[in-house]
Amino acid sequence: MEYFVIIIAAIFVNNIVLAQFLGICPFLGVSNKVSTSLGMGAAVTFVMALASLAAYLLQYNVLVPLGIEYMQTIVFILVIASLVQMVEIILKKVSPALYQALGVFLPLITTNCAVLGVAILLVQKEFNLGESVVFSVATAIGFTLALVLFAGIRERLDMEDLPKAMKGVPIALISAGILAMAFMGFSGLV
Amino acid sequence: MSKLQILTKGIIKENPSFVLLLGMCPTLGTTTSAINGMGMGIATMFVLVMSNIVISLVKNLIPGKVRIPAYIVIIATLVTILQLVMEAFVPALYATLGVFIPLIVVNCIILGRAEAFASKNGVGDSALDGLGIGLGFTMSLTLLGAVREMLGAGSVFGWKFVDGDGILLFVLAPGAFIALGYLLVIFNKLTSKIR
Repeated sequence: MEYFVIIIAAIFVNNIVLAQFLGICPFLGVSNKVSTSLGMGAAVTFVMALASLAAYLLQYNVLVPLGIEYMQTIVFILVIASLVQMVEIILKKVSPALYQALGVFLPLITTNCAVLGVAILLVQKEFNLGESVVFSVATAIGFTLALVLFAGIRERLDMEDLPKAMKGVPIALISAGILAMAFMGFSGLV
Repeated sequence: MSKLQILTKGIIKENPSFVLLLGMCPTLGTTTSAINGMGMGIATMFVLVMSNIVISLVKNLIPGKVRIPAYIVIIATLVTILQLVMEAFVPALYATLGVFIPLIVVNCIILGRAEAFASKNGVGDSALDGLGIGLGFTMSLTLLGAVREMLGAGSVFGWKFVDGDGILLFVLAPGAFIALGYLLVIFNKLTSKIR
């Protein structure tokens, strides 16, 4: 598959949050401000690219040659969890400035199902190494895009006078539905 | 807390999808029909009950510092067992639920119950807690699936009660957000009246 098609499909058509329902927790939890959304998006992009690379190498150099593909879930989650820890420790030491910006989001990423989801999806879709990395970065950009757009909407929703039962998560979900409807306009693009 | 309270608190008071708002990804992603929602709920309940039992059994053997990675390994093992069993006995449902079955590993409900309940209580109570929370999760997923199927296809559990098509939007992605949003509004309204 061409890289361009993979990029457009991952960002717009099959947006990870709005079309595939992965990473809903940070989508609802961290998307209160545009600035925090950008930080979270950057952290996810970084980890997702590394995790996909690790997952690809493990799948085709360890699991497949040994014939133990059924161990995929256990191996991937352990690698991702330790990878996040390692990234946190290295960042703290090497680049304190970057750690300041991304640090608070890193522990949250282990439980972000989007990271594990992308690792599993790229094996399912039988991508090669280059495609896997492009796919994971494009997916993370799609995640950031959805998060930032949604943060913009929520900043305005805070000022609206709503019925008490609708405040908070319910109205956020309904707005997310309308945003997802807008993203459905991209289907058929690729 | 009595045994009955442990079992029933997950259904309304601490309902994972409607009150605690945990495990949102499978809640939205797998509820295209009532049967899919129910299948996902039962699969999650199996892992939840088993992980609560295993973790409460080994809680004294695991040093405090490495407990989270240890819990994750236990949960991932149970999910792998579930994957193999489902692939063998219900391949159609396994294919429909797709990536969400392996993703039960990162479902915050399971790790949350392990940390909040199973690591502090006995085997019997932990099993009941898992069963109660699992039932609450299954019920809310089935309800959301039924609502979406009703609006989207005019049927419930595959039984068609109106001729023709429904509003397709509710089976597609946006419908999941909107249906869950309005269900939460109704749930909030009802529970605020009870209190």
